[in-house]
Amino acid sequence: MRGKAWKFGDHVDTDVIIPARYLNAPEPSELAKHCMEDIDKSFAGSVQEGDIMVGGWNFGCGSSREHAPVSIQASGISCVIAASFARIFYRNSINIGFPILECPEASAAIAAGDIIDVDTRTGVITDETTGQTFQARPFPAFIEQIIDKGGLLSYLKEKQDS
Amino acid sequence: MGMTMTQKILAAHAGLPEVHAGDLIEAKLDIVLGNDVTTPVAVGVFEKAGFDRVFDKDRIVITLDHYTPCKDIKSAELCVTARNFARKHGITHLYDVGTVGIEHALLPEQGLVGPGDCIIGADSHTCTYGALGAFSTGVGSTDMAAGMAAGVNWFKVPPAIKVELTGKLQPYVSGKDVILHLIGEIGVDGALYKSIEFTGEGVAELSMDDRFTISNMAIEAGGKNGIFPVDDKTIEYITGRFGREPVVYEADEDAEYERTVTIDLSALEPTVSLPHLPSNTRTITEAAGMHIDQVVIGSCTNGRISDLRAAAAIIKGRKVADGVRCIIIPATQEIYMQCLEEGILRTFVEAGCAVSAPTCGPCLGGHMGVMADGERAVTTTNRNFVGRMGHTGSEVILASPAVAAASAVSGCVADPRVLQG
Repeated sequence: MRGKAWKFGDHVDTDVIIPARYLNAPEPSELAKHCMEDIDKSFAGSVQEGDIMVGGWNFGCGSSREHAPVSIQASGISCVIAASFARIFYRNSINIGFPILECPEASAAIAAGDIIDVDTRTGVITDETTGQTFQARPFPAFIEQIIDKGGLLSYLKEKQDS
Repeated sequence: MGMTMTQKILAAHAGLPEVHAGDLIEAKLDIVLGNDVTTPVAVGVFEKAGFDRVFDKDRIVITLDHYTPCKDIKSAELCVTARNFARKHGITHLYDVGTVGIEHALLPEQGLVGPGDCIIGADSHTCTYGALGAFSTGVGSTDMAAGMAAGVNWFKVPPAIKVELTGKLQPYVSGKDVILHLIGEIGVDGALYKSIEFTGEGVAELSMDDRFTISNMAIEAGGKNGIFPVDDKTIEYITGRFGREPVVYEADEDAEYERTVTIDLSALEPTVSLPHLPSNTRTITEAAGMHIDQVVIGSCTNGRISDLRAAAAIIKGRKVADGVRCIIIPATQEIYMQCLEEGILRTFVEAGCAVSAPTCGPCLGGHMGVMADGERAVTTTNRNFVGRMGHTGSEVILASPAVAAASAVSGCVADPRVLQG
Protein backbone atom coordinates (compact mmCIF):
# COMPACT_ATOMS: atom_id res chain seq x y z
CA MET A 1 0.00 0.00 0.00
CA ARG A 2 1.13 3.52 -0.78
CA GLY A 3 -0.11 6.92 0.22
CA LYS A 4 0.43 10.30 1.84
CA ALA A 5 1.33 10.47 5.53
CA TRP A 6 -0.99 12.11 8.07
CA LYS A 7 1.09 12.76 11.15
CA PHE A 8 -0.18 12.82 14.75
CA GLY A 9 1.53 12.97 18.15
CA ASP A 10 1.77 10.81 21.28
CA HIS A 11 -1.18 9.42 23.28
CA VAL A 12 -3.76 10.02 20.56
CA ASP A 13 -6.84 8.76 22.43
CA THR A 14 -10.00 7.19 21.10
CA ASP A 15 -12.05 10.17 22.32
CA VAL A 16 -10.33 12.39 19.77
CA ILE A 17 -10.23 9.68 17.08
CA ILE A 18 -14.01 9.47 17.28
CA PRO A 19 -15.73 11.56 19.99
CA ALA A 20 -18.47 9.89 22.06
CA ARG A 21 -21.07 12.30 20.68
CA TYR A 22 -20.91 10.35 17.42
CA LEU A 23 -21.04 6.82 18.87
CA ASN A 24 -24.83 6.79 18.64
CA ALA A 25 -24.52 6.23 14.87
CA PRO A 26 -22.02 3.40 14.44
CA GLU A 27 -22.23 2.94 10.65
CA PRO A 28 -18.64 3.14 9.30
CA SER A 29 -19.49 5.83 6.72
CA GLU A 30 -21.03 8.05 9.43
CA LEU A 31 -18.05 7.56 11.76
CA ALA A 32 -15.63 8.39 8.94
CA LYS A 33 -17.18 11.87 8.59
CA HIS A 34 -16.02 12.78 12.12
CA CYS A 35 -12.74 10.86 12.33
CA MET A 36 -10.01 12.90 14.13
CA GLU A 37 -12.17 16.05 14.05
CA ASP A 38 -11.30 17.08 17.62
CA ILE A 39 -7.58 17.33 16.80
CA ASP A 40 -7.62 18.00 13.05
CA LYS A 41 -10.81 19.41 11.56
CA SER A 42 -9.37 19.16 8.03
CA PHE A 43 -8.66 15.42 8.17
CA ALA A 44 -12.03 13.87 7.30
CA GLY A 45 -12.57 16.24 4.36
CA SER A 46 -9.09 15.92 2.85
CA VAL A 47 -7.91 12.35 3.46
CA GLN A 48 -7.49 10.36 0.25
CA GLU A 49 -8.15 6.66 -0.23
CA GLY A 50 -4.93 4.77 0.56
CA ASP A 51 -3.32 7.47 2.74
CA ILE A 52 -1.31 6.37 5.75
CA MET A 53 -1.71 7.53 9.35
CA VAL A 54 1.41 7.94 11.48
CA GLY A 55 1.12 8.29 15.26
CA GLY A 56 3.54 8.48 18.20
CA TRP A 57 3.57 6.47 21.42
CA ASN A 58 0.48 4.80 22.90
CA PHE A 59 -1.71 5.45 19.84
CA GLY A 60 -5.40 4.69 20.47
CA CYS A 61 -5.34 4.87 24.26
CA GLY A 62 -8.50 5.19 26.31
CA SER A 63 -11.91 3.75 25.56
CA SER A 64 -12.44 0.29 24.04
CA ARG A 65 -14.62 1.69 21.26
CA GLU A 66 -13.99 -0.32 18.11
CA HIS A 67 -15.57 2.66 16.40
CA ALA A 68 -12.06 4.22 16.53
CA PRO A 69 -10.20 1.87 14.14
CA VAL A 70 -13.43 1.46 12.15
CA SER A 71 -13.63 5.24 11.61
CA ILE A 72 -9.98 5.43 10.52
CA GLN A 73 -10.40 2.49 8.15
CA ALA A 74 -13.63 3.90 6.71
CA SER A 75 -12.01 7.31 6.19
CA GLY A 76 -9.80 5.71 3.54
CA ILE A 77 -6.62 5.24 5.57
CA SER A 78 -4.97 1.99 4.49
CA CYS A 79 -2.62 1.45 7.43
CA VAL A 80 -1.57 3.04 10.74
CA ILE A 81 2.08 3.21 11.77
CA ALA A 82 2.89 4.20 15.36
CA ALA A 83 5.73 4.03 17.87
CA SER A 84 3.41 1.93 20.04
CA PHE A 85 -0.29 1.16 20.25
CA ALA A 86 -2.61 0.99 23.24
CA ARG A 87 -3.55 -2.65 23.63
CA ILE A 88 -7.32 -2.55 23.03
CA PHE A 89 -6.87 -0.45 19.89
CA TYR A 90 -4.24 -2.96 18.73
CA ARG A 91 -6.59 -5.93 19.29
CA ASN A 92 -9.51 -4.13 17.69
CA SER A 93 -7.54 -3.31 14.55
CA ILE A 94 -6.38 -6.90 14.13
CA ASN A 95 -9.87 -8.20 14.86
CA ILE A 96 -11.42 -6.09 12.09
CA GLY A 97 -8.61 -6.98 9.68
CA PHE A 98 -7.12 -3.47 9.61
CA PRO A 99 -3.31 -3.45 9.25
CA ILE A 100 -1.29 -1.56 11.85
CA LEU A 101 2.46 -1.52 12.28
CA GLU A 102 4.57 -0.75 15.33
CA CYS A 103 7.80 1.04 14.37
CA PRO A 104 9.25 3.79 16.61
CA GLU A 105 11.90 4.73 14.03
CA ALA A 106 9.39 5.28 11.22
CA SER A 107 7.06 7.13 13.59
CA ALA A 108 9.84 9.56 14.51
CA ALA A 109 11.26 10.08 11.01
CA ILE A 110 8.22 10.35 8.75
CA ALA A 111 6.96 13.90 8.18
CA ALA A 112 3.41 14.95 7.35
CA GLY A 113 2.81 14.76 3.62
CA ASP A 114 5.62 12.29 2.86
CA ILE A 115 4.73 9.54 0.41
CA ILE A 116 4.95 6.22 2.23
CA ASP A 117 5.03 2.69 0.87
CA VAL A 118 4.18 -0.14 3.26
CA ASP A 119 4.55 -3.89 2.83
CA THR A 120 2.52 -5.28 5.72
CA ARG A 121 3.72 -8.84 5.12
CA THR A 122 7.43 -8.05 5.48
CA GLY A 123 6.96 -5.02 7.72
CA VAL A 124 9.14 -2.87 5.43
CA ILE A 125 8.16 0.80 5.44
CA THR A 126 9.66 3.11 2.79
CA ASP A 127 9.51 6.89 2.94
CA GLU A 128 9.70 7.66 -0.77
CA THR A 129 10.03 11.37 -0.10
CA THR A 130 13.25 10.99 1.91
CA GLY A 131 14.38 7.59 0.62
CA GLN A 132 14.59 6.13 4.14
CA THR A 133 13.45 2.57 4.87
CA PHE A 134 12.35 1.10 8.19
CA GLN A 135 11.62 -2.38 9.48
CA ALA A 136 8.49 -2.82 11.60
CA ARG A 137 8.02 -5.83 13.83
CA PRO A 138 6.13 -8.42 11.76
CA PHE A 139 2.95 -10.01 13.17
CA PRO A 140 3.03 -13.49 14.74
CA ALA A 141 1.65 -16.12 12.32
CA PHE A 142 -1.61 -16.51 14.26
CA ILE A 143 -2.39 -12.79 13.99
CA GLU A 144 -1.47 -12.74 10.32
CA GLN A 145 -4.02 -15.52 9.80
CA ILE A 146 -6.74 -13.39 11.41
CA ILE A 147 -5.90 -10.41 9.21
CA ASP A 148 -5.74 -12.64 6.13
CA LYS A 149 -9.23 -13.96 6.84
CA GLY A 150 -10.52 -10.40 7.05
CA GLY A 151 -10.96 -10.38 10.83
CA LEU A 152 -11.49 -12.50 13.92
CA LEU A 153 -15.08 -13.51 13.28
CA SER A 154 -14.48 -14.80 9.76
CA TYR A 155 -11.49 -16.69 11.14
CA LEU A 156 -13.59 -18.20 13.95
CA LYS A 157 -16.50 -19.07 11.68
CA GLU A 158 -14.25 -20.83 9.21
CA LYS A 159 -12.64 -22.74 12.08
CA GLN A 160 -16.03 -23.71 13.51
CA ASP A 161 -17.41 -24.82 10.13
CA SER A 162 -14.41 -26.98 9.25
CA MET B 1 10.22 -19.80 36.89
CA GLY B 2 7.00 -19.09 38.75
CA MET B 3 3.85 -17.46 37.44
CA THR B 4 2.11 -14.23 38.43
CA MET B 5 -1.49 -14.34 39.65
CA THR B 6 -2.70 -13.26 36.21
CA GLN B 7 -0.63 -15.91 34.45
CA LYS B 8 -2.04 -18.63 36.74
CA ILE B 9 -5.63 -17.66 35.94
CA LEU B 10 -4.86 -17.57 32.21
CA ALA B 11 -3.06 -20.94 32.34
CA ALA B 12 -6.02 -22.55 34.13
CA HIS B 13 -8.48 -21.15 31.57
CA ALA B 14 -6.28 -22.27 28.68
CA GLY B 15 -5.97 -25.79 30.12
CA LEU B 16 -2.19 -25.45 30.29
CA PRO B 17 0.10 -26.36 33.22
CA GLU B 18 1.97 -23.10 32.77
CA VAL B 19 2.16 -20.05 30.54
CA HIS B 20 4.89 -17.46 30.02
CA ALA B 21 4.83 -13.78 29.17
CA GLY B 22 4.46 -13.39 25.40
CA ASP B 23 2.68 -16.73 24.80
CA LEU B 24 -0.38 -16.51 22.55
CA ILE B 25 -3.10 -18.63 24.14
CA GLU B 26 -6.79 -19.37 23.75
CA ALA B 27 -8.61 -19.13 27.07
CA LYS B 28 -12.14 -20.05 28.17
CA LEU B 29 -14.29 -17.14 29.27
CA ASP B 30 -16.48 -17.10 32.39
CA ILE B 31 -18.28 -13.86 31.53
CA VAL B 32 -18.62 -11.79 28.33
CA LEU B 33 -19.92 -8.24 28.82
CA GLY B 34 -21.16 -5.46 26.57
CA ASN B 35 -23.02 -2.15 26.89
CA ASP B 36 -25.37 -0.05 24.76
CA VAL B 37 -22.48 1.50 22.79
CA THR B 38 -20.48 -1.66 22.10
CA THR B 39 -23.11 -4.44 22.00
CA PRO B 40 -24.94 -3.23 18.87
CA VAL B 41 -21.65 -3.25 16.95
CA ALA B 42 -20.91 -6.75 18.31
CA VAL B 43 -24.37 -7.93 17.26
CA GLY B 44 -23.72 -6.69 13.71
CA VAL B 45 -20.36 -8.49 13.55
CA PHE B 46 -21.84 -11.69 15.10
CA GLU B 47 -24.69 -11.83 12.62
CA LYS B 48 -22.65 -10.81 9.58
CA ALA B 49 -20.25 -13.69 10.22
CA GLY B 50 -23.22 -16.09 10.18
CA PHE B 51 -23.34 -17.14 13.84
CA ASP B 52 -26.82 -18.04 15.04
CA ARG B 53 -26.32 -19.08 18.66
CA VAL B 54 -24.45 -17.87 21.72
CA PHE B 55 -22.13 -20.16 23.68
CA ASP B 56 -24.01 -19.79 26.99
CA LYS B 57 -26.98 -17.49 27.59
CA ASP B 58 -26.15 -17.30 31.32
CA ARG B 59 -22.61 -16.06 30.82
CA ILE B 60 -23.30 -13.02 28.68
CA VAL B 61 -24.15 -9.74 30.40
CA ILE B 62 -25.61 -6.76 28.54
CA THR B 63 -25.93 -3.46 30.40
CA LEU B 64 -27.69 -0.52 28.76
CA ASP B 65 -25.90 2.11 30.81
CA HIS B 66 -24.03 4.65 28.68
CA TYR B 67 -26.68 6.81 27.00
CA THR B 68 -29.67 5.66 29.06
CA PRO B 69 -32.37 6.66 29.80
CA CYS B 70 -31.91 7.26 26.08
CA LYS B 71 -30.67 10.72 25.21
CA ASP B 72 -31.77 10.75 21.58
CA ILE B 73 -33.37 8.70 18.83
CA LYS B 74 -30.14 7.17 17.60
CA SER B 75 -29.15 5.92 21.03
CA ALA B 76 -32.69 4.57 21.51
CA GLU B 77 -32.20 2.59 18.32
CA LEU B 78 -28.92 1.17 19.63
CA CYS B 79 -30.76 -0.07 22.72
CA VAL B 80 -33.43 -1.69 20.53
CA THR B 81 -30.73 -3.64 18.69
CA ALA B 82 -29.19 -4.82 21.97
CA ARG B 83 -32.57 -5.71 23.53
CA ASN B 84 -33.75 -7.64 20.47
CA PHE B 85 -30.55 -9.66 20.41
CA ALA B 86 -30.84 -10.42 24.13
CA ARG B 87 -34.44 -11.57 23.72
CA LYS B 88 -33.73 -13.63 20.62
CA HIS B 89 -30.97 -15.54 22.38
CA GLY B 90 -32.61 -15.68 25.81
CA ILE B 91 -29.75 -13.76 27.47
CA THR B 92 -30.37 -14.08 31.21
CA HIS B 93 -28.52 -10.95 32.30
CA LEU B 94 -29.92 -8.02 30.33
CA TYR B 95 -30.01 -4.88 32.49
CA ASP B 96 -32.27 -2.13 31.18
CA VAL B 97 -33.56 1.17 32.55
CA GLY B 98 -34.97 0.50 36.02
CA THR B 99 -32.59 -2.33 36.87
CA VAL B 100 -29.44 -1.18 35.12
CA GLY B 101 -26.50 0.29 36.95
CA ILE B 102 -23.11 1.40 35.67
CA GLU B 103 -21.71 -1.93 34.52
CA HIS B 104 -18.54 -2.11 36.62
CA ALA B 105 -20.38 -1.32 39.83
CA LEU B 106 -23.31 -3.55 38.85
CA LEU B 107 -21.61 -6.85 37.96
CA PRO B 108 -19.72 -7.28 41.27
CA GLU B 109 -22.79 -6.12 43.24
CA GLN B 110 -25.02 -8.66 41.47
CA GLY B 111 -22.45 -11.41 42.07
CA LEU B 112 -21.92 -12.07 38.37
CA VAL B 113 -18.11 -11.93 38.63
CA GLY B 114 -15.79 -13.34 41.26
CA PRO B 115 -12.35 -14.64 42.24
CA GLY B 116 -10.52 -16.74 39.65
CA ASP B 117 -12.78 -15.75 36.75
CA CYS B 118 -11.56 -14.96 33.24
CA ILE B 119 -13.69 -12.08 31.96
CA ILE B 120 -13.77 -9.90 28.85
CA GLY B 121 -15.96 -6.86 28.45
CA ALA B 122 -16.45 -4.54 25.51
CA ASP B 123 -15.67 -1.58 27.73
CA SER B 124 -12.19 -0.51 28.67
CA HIS B 125 -12.93 -0.33 32.40
CA THR B 126 -13.73 -4.05 32.57
CA CYS B 127 -10.38 -4.29 34.39
CA THR B 128 -12.36 -3.25 37.52
CA TYR B 129 -13.07 -6.88 38.49
CA GLY B 130 -9.38 -7.45 39.16
CA ALA B 131 -10.29 -6.11 42.60
CA LEU B 132 -12.01 -9.47 43.20
CA GLY B 133 -8.97 -11.52 42.18
CA ALA B 134 -10.25 -12.19 38.65
CA PHE B 135 -8.48 -11.78 35.32
CA SER B 136 -10.63 -9.18 33.64
CA THR B 137 -9.85 -7.01 30.67
CA GLY B 138 -11.45 -4.57 28.26
CA VAL B 139 -11.82 -5.50 24.60
CA GLY B 140 -13.69 -4.26 21.54
CA SER B 141 -16.96 -5.28 19.95
CA THR B 142 -15.49 -7.93 17.64
CA ASP B 143 -13.87 -9.60 20.66
CA MET B 144 -17.23 -9.49 22.42
CA ALA B 145 -18.87 -11.10 19.37
CA ALA B 146 -16.17 -13.80 19.30
CA GLY B 147 -16.63 -14.41 23.02
CA MET B 148 -20.41 -14.68 22.64
CA ALA B 149 -20.06 -17.11 19.73
CA ALA B 150 -17.30 -19.35 21.03
CA GLY B 151 -16.89 -18.79 24.78
CA VAL B 152 -13.16 -18.44 24.21
CA ASN B 153 -10.81 -15.75 22.97
CA TRP B 154 -7.13 -15.24 22.24
CA PHE B 155 -4.76 -13.51 24.62
CA LYS B 156 -1.11 -12.63 24.69
CA VAL B 157 0.11 -13.59 28.17
CA PRO B 158 1.22 -10.33 29.81
CA PRO B 159 4.35 -9.60 31.81
CA ALA B 160 3.67 -7.83 35.10
CA ILE B 161 4.46 -4.82 37.24
CA LYS B 162 4.27 -5.37 40.98
CA VAL B 163 2.84 -2.55 43.06
CA GLU B 164 3.78 -3.06 46.69
CA LEU B 165 1.44 -1.19 49.05
CA THR B 166 2.60 -0.37 52.58
CA GLY B 167 1.10 1.69 55.41
CA LYS B 168 -2.44 2.98 55.77
CA LEU B 169 -4.39 5.82 54.11
CA GLN B 170 -4.81 9.08 56.02
CA PRO B 171 -8.27 10.67 56.49
CA TYR B 172 -9.71 12.13 53.25
CA VAL B 173 -7.30 10.05 51.15
CA SER B 174 -8.83 7.17 49.18
CA GLY B 175 -8.31 4.53 46.50
CA LYS B 176 -8.70 7.24 43.84
CA ASP B 177 -5.65 9.06 45.20
CA VAL B 178 -3.68 5.80 45.17
CA ILE B 179 -4.38 5.09 41.50
CA LEU B 180 -3.94 8.71 40.33
CA HIS B 181 -0.61 8.78 42.18
CA LEU B 182 0.46 5.52 40.52
CA ILE B 183 -0.50 6.75 37.03
CA GLY B 184 1.44 9.96 37.73
CA GLU B 185 4.46 7.83 38.66
CA ILE B 186 4.47 5.38 35.74
CA GLY B 187 2.64 7.35 33.03
CA VAL B 188 -0.36 6.63 30.81
CA ASP B 189 1.58 3.90 29.00
CA GLY B 190 3.68 2.79 31.98
CA ALA B 191 1.90 -0.56 32.12
CA LEU B 192 1.17 -0.93 28.38
CA TYR B 193 0.31 -4.59 27.56
CA LYS B 194 1.16 -5.51 31.17
CA SER B 195 -0.61 -6.71 34.32
CA ILE B 196 -0.49 -4.55 37.39
CA GLU B 197 -0.43 -6.83 40.44
CA PHE B 198 -1.13 -5.12 43.76
CA THR B 199 0.40 -6.70 46.81
CA GLY B 200 1.84 -5.94 50.24
CA GLU B 201 0.52 -5.36 53.74
CA GLY B 202 -1.25 -2.18 52.63
CA VAL B 203 -3.81 -4.20 50.63
CA ALA B 204 -5.56 -5.32 53.82
CA GLU B 205 -6.08 -1.65 54.76
CA LEU B 206 -8.03 -0.92 51.56
CA SER B 207 -11.82 -1.36 51.42
CA MET B 208 -13.32 -3.29 48.51
CA ASP B 209 -14.64 0.00 47.08
CA ASP B 210 -11.10 1.43 47.17
CA ARG B 211 -9.81 -1.69 45.39
CA PHE B 212 -12.52 -1.43 42.70
CA THR B 213 -11.50 2.19 42.06
CA ILE B 214 -7.82 1.24 41.82
CA SER B 215 -8.33 -1.74 39.48
CA ASN B 216 -10.80 0.32 37.41
CA MET B 217 -8.12 2.79 36.34
CA ALA B 218 -5.38 0.24 35.53
CA ILE B 219 -6.28 0.92 31.89
CA GLU B 220 -5.37 4.59 32.39
CA ALA B 221 -1.78 3.39 32.88
CA GLY B 222 -2.15 1.30 29.71
CA GLY B 223 -2.54 -1.91 31.75
CA LYS B 224 -4.17 -5.07 30.48
CA ASN B 225 -5.51 -5.74 33.95
CA GLY B 226 -5.02 -4.64 37.56
CA ILE B 227 -5.41 -7.42 40.08
CA PHE B 228 -5.60 -7.76 43.87
CA PRO B 229 -5.01 -10.86 45.98
CA VAL B 230 -8.09 -12.48 47.49
CA ASP B 231 -8.35 -11.92 51.26
CA ASP B 232 -10.97 -11.91 54.01
CA LYS B 233 -12.48 -8.66 52.71
CA THR B 234 -12.92 -10.17 49.24
CA ILE B 235 -14.60 -13.27 50.64
CA GLU B 236 -16.82 -11.17 52.88
CA TYR B 237 -17.84 -9.05 49.86
CA ILE B 238 -18.75 -11.98 47.60
CA THR B 239 -20.54 -13.98 50.30
CA GLY B 240 -24.26 -13.96 49.55
CA ARG B 241 -23.65 -12.41 46.12
CA PHE B 242 -21.43 -14.60 43.96
CA GLY B 243 -23.34 -17.61 42.65
CA ARG B 244 -20.39 -19.68 41.55
CA GLU B 245 -17.54 -21.29 43.49
CA PRO B 246 -14.66 -18.80 43.91
CA VAL B 247 -11.23 -20.04 42.87
CA VAL B 248 -8.35 -18.37 44.68
CA TYR B 249 -5.04 -17.97 42.86
CA GLU B 250 -1.83 -16.62 44.36
CA ALA B 251 1.31 -15.48 42.57
CA ASP B 252 4.25 -17.86 42.96
CA GLU B 253 7.06 -16.75 45.26
CA ASP B 254 9.44 -16.72 42.29
CA ALA B 255 7.05 -15.03 39.84
CA GLU B 256 8.84 -12.60 37.56
CA TYR B 257 8.00 -8.88 37.57
CA GLU B 258 9.42 -6.35 35.13
CA ARG B 259 9.56 -3.76 37.86
CA THR B 260 8.32 -3.09 41.37
CA VAL B 261 6.75 0.19 42.44
CA THR B 262 6.34 0.78 46.17
CA ILE B 263 3.63 3.10 47.46
CA ASP B 264 3.49 4.11 51.13
CA LEU B 265 -0.24 4.69 51.59
CA SER B 266 0.33 6.77 54.72
CA ALA B 267 2.41 9.28 52.76
CA LEU B 268 -0.23 9.93 50.05
CA GLU B 269 -2.09 13.21 49.86
CA PRO B 270 -5.35 13.93 48.03
CA THR B 271 -4.26 13.91 44.38
CA VAL B 272 -5.80 15.31 41.20
CA SER B 273 -5.07 14.93 37.48
CA LEU B 274 -5.10 18.20 35.58
CA PRO B 275 -6.09 18.36 31.89
CA HIS B 276 -5.53 16.58 29.53
CA LEU B 277 -3.96 13.31 30.67
CA PRO B 278 -4.60 11.18 33.78
CA SER B 279 -0.83 11.17 34.37
CA ASN B 280 -0.75 14.96 34.78
CA THR B 281 -1.05 14.65 38.56
CA ARG B 282 -0.67 17.25 41.30
CA THR B 283 -1.24 17.13 45.04
CA ILE B 284 -4.34 19.00 46.12
CA THR B 285 -2.15 21.65 47.71
CA GLU B 286 -0.68 22.47 44.30
CA ALA B 287 -4.05 22.58 42.53
CA ALA B 288 -6.28 24.23 45.14
CA GLY B 289 -8.01 27.44 44.07
CA MET B 290 -8.51 26.67 40.38
CA HIS B 291 -11.86 27.97 39.15
CA ILE B 292 -14.58 25.40 38.35
CA ASP B 293 -18.04 25.40 36.76
CA GLN B 294 -19.16 21.84 37.38
CA VAL B 295 -18.66 18.86 39.67
CA VAL B 296 -19.60 15.27 38.81
CA ILE B 297 -19.60 12.60 41.52
CA GLY B 298 -20.33 9.15 40.11
CA SER B 299 -19.11 6.77 37.35
CA CYS B 300 -17.73 3.23 37.30
CA THR B 301 -14.69 4.63 39.09
CA ASN B 302 -16.35 6.40 42.03
CA GLY B 303 -20.13 5.98 42.12
CA ARG B 304 -20.20 3.36 44.91
CA ILE B 305 -21.80 3.77 48.31
CA SER B 306 -18.60 4.61 50.19
CA ASP B 307 -17.83 7.28 47.55
CA LEU B 308 -21.23 8.89 48.05
CA ARG B 309 -20.95 8.64 51.83
CA ALA B 310 -17.58 10.40 51.67
CA ALA B 311 -19.06 13.16 49.49
CA ALA B 312 -22.16 13.53 51.68
CA ALA B 313 -20.08 13.83 54.85
CA ILE B 314 -18.47 16.96 53.37
CA ILE B 315 -21.55 18.40 51.68
CA LYS B 316 -23.88 17.93 54.71
CA GLY B 317 -25.02 21.27 56.10
CA ARG B 318 -23.37 23.21 53.29
CA LYS B 319 -24.55 24.53 49.93
CA VAL B 320 -23.15 24.05 46.46
CA ALA B 321 -21.27 27.26 45.70
CA ASP B 322 -22.84 29.93 43.50
CA GLY B 323 -21.98 29.39 39.85
CA VAL B 324 -21.20 25.68 40.30
CA ARG B 325 -23.38 22.78 39.11
CA CYS B 326 -22.97 19.59 41.14
CA ILE B 327 -24.25 16.38 39.57
CA ILE B 328 -24.43 13.21 41.66
CA ILE B 329 -24.92 9.81 40.05
CA PRO B 330 -25.27 6.73 42.25
CA ALA B 331 -23.83 3.89 40.15
CA THR B 332 -26.59 1.33 40.69
CA GLN B 333 -30.18 1.12 41.87
CA GLU B 334 -29.02 -0.69 45.03
CA ILE B 335 -26.63 2.17 45.80
CA TYR B 336 -29.38 4.70 45.01
CA MET B 337 -31.63 2.91 47.50
CA GLN B 338 -28.88 2.87 50.14
CA CYS B 339 -28.45 6.63 49.64
CA LEU B 340 -32.19 7.04 50.08
CA GLU B 341 -32.28 4.99 53.27
CA GLU B 342 -29.23 6.64 54.79
CA GLY B 343 -30.54 10.16 54.14
CA ILE B 344 -27.68 10.89 51.77
CA LEU B 345 -30.01 11.82 48.93
CA ARG B 346 -31.65 14.44 51.15
CA THR B 347 -28.23 15.84 52.02
CA PHE B 348 -27.38 16.19 48.33
CA VAL B 349 -30.69 17.70 47.26
CA GLU B 350 -30.81 20.14 50.19
CA ALA B 351 -27.33 21.32 49.26
CA GLY B 352 -28.45 22.07 45.71
CA CYS B 353 -27.00 19.03 43.91
CA ALA B 354 -28.79 17.39 40.96
CA VAL B 355 -29.15 13.63 41.55
CA SER B 356 -29.50 11.35 38.52
CA ALA B 357 -30.55 7.76 37.89
CA PRO B 358 -27.57 5.46 37.19
CA THR B 359 -25.85 6.27 33.88
CA CYS B 360 -22.31 6.69 32.52
CA GLY B 361 -23.67 9.92 30.96
CA PRO B 362 -21.33 12.85 31.59
CA CYS B 363 -18.12 10.80 32.04
CA LEU B 364 -17.81 10.35 28.28
CA GLY B 365 -19.59 13.55 27.29
CA GLY B 366 -22.71 11.55 26.48
CA HIS B 367 -25.45 13.40 28.35
CA MET B 368 -26.42 14.58 31.86
CA GLY B 369 -23.68 17.18 32.20
CA VAL B 370 -21.97 17.94 28.88
CA MET B 371 -19.78 21.07 29.06
CA ALA B 372 -19.47 24.16 26.85
CA ASP B 373 -16.31 25.82 25.53
CA GLY B 374 -14.17 27.24 28.32
CA GLU B 375 -15.89 25.36 31.15
CA ARG B 376 -14.00 23.31 33.71
CA ALA B 377 -15.14 20.43 35.93
CA VAL B 378 -13.79 18.54 38.89
CA THR B 379 -15.04 14.99 38.50
CA THR B 380 -14.63 11.58 40.10
CA THR B 381 -14.56 9.96 36.65
CA ASN B 382 -11.56 8.39 34.94
CA ARG B 383 -10.48 10.34 31.85
CA ASN B 384 -9.62 13.96 31.20
CA PHE B 385 -8.73 13.82 27.50
CA VAL B 386 -9.46 16.74 25.19
CA GLY B 387 -13.24 16.97 24.70
CA ARG B 388 -13.98 14.03 26.99
CA MET B 389 -16.88 15.78 28.77
CA GLY B 390 -18.06 17.93 25.91
CA HIS B 391 -16.53 20.82 23.95
CA THR B 392 -12.86 20.46 23.02
CA GLY B 393 -12.33 23.75 24.85
CA SER B 394 -13.68 22.35 28.15
CA GLU B 395 -11.47 20.86 30.84
CA VAL B 396 -11.74 17.94 33.26
CA ILE B 397 -9.83 17.59 36.52
CA LEU B 398 -9.92 14.05 37.95
CA ALA B 399 -10.28 13.75 41.70
CA SER B 400 -11.62 11.67 44.59
CA PRO B 401 -15.20 12.05 45.89
CA ALA B 402 -13.88 13.97 48.94
CA VAL B 403 -12.02 16.49 46.78
CA ALA B 404 -14.95 16.79 44.35
CA ALA B 405 -17.38 17.43 47.21
CA ALA B 406 -15.08 19.98 48.86
CA SER B 407 -14.69 21.71 45.50
CA ALA B 408 -18.46 21.79 44.89
CA VAL B 409 -19.12 23.70 48.11
CA SER B 410 -16.03 25.90 47.78
CA GLY B 411 -16.52 26.95 44.15
CA CYS B 412 -12.95 26.05 43.24
CA VAL B 413 -10.61 23.07 43.53
CA ALA B 414 -10.45 22.56 47.29
CA ASP B 415 -8.70 20.41 49.90
CA PRO B 416 -11.23 18.48 52.02
CA ARG B 417 -8.74 18.41 54.93
CA VAL B 418 -8.64 22.20 55.04
CA LEU B 419 -12.41 22.53 54.67
CA GLN B 420 -13.11 20.03 57.45
CA GLY B 421 -10.44 21.51 59.69
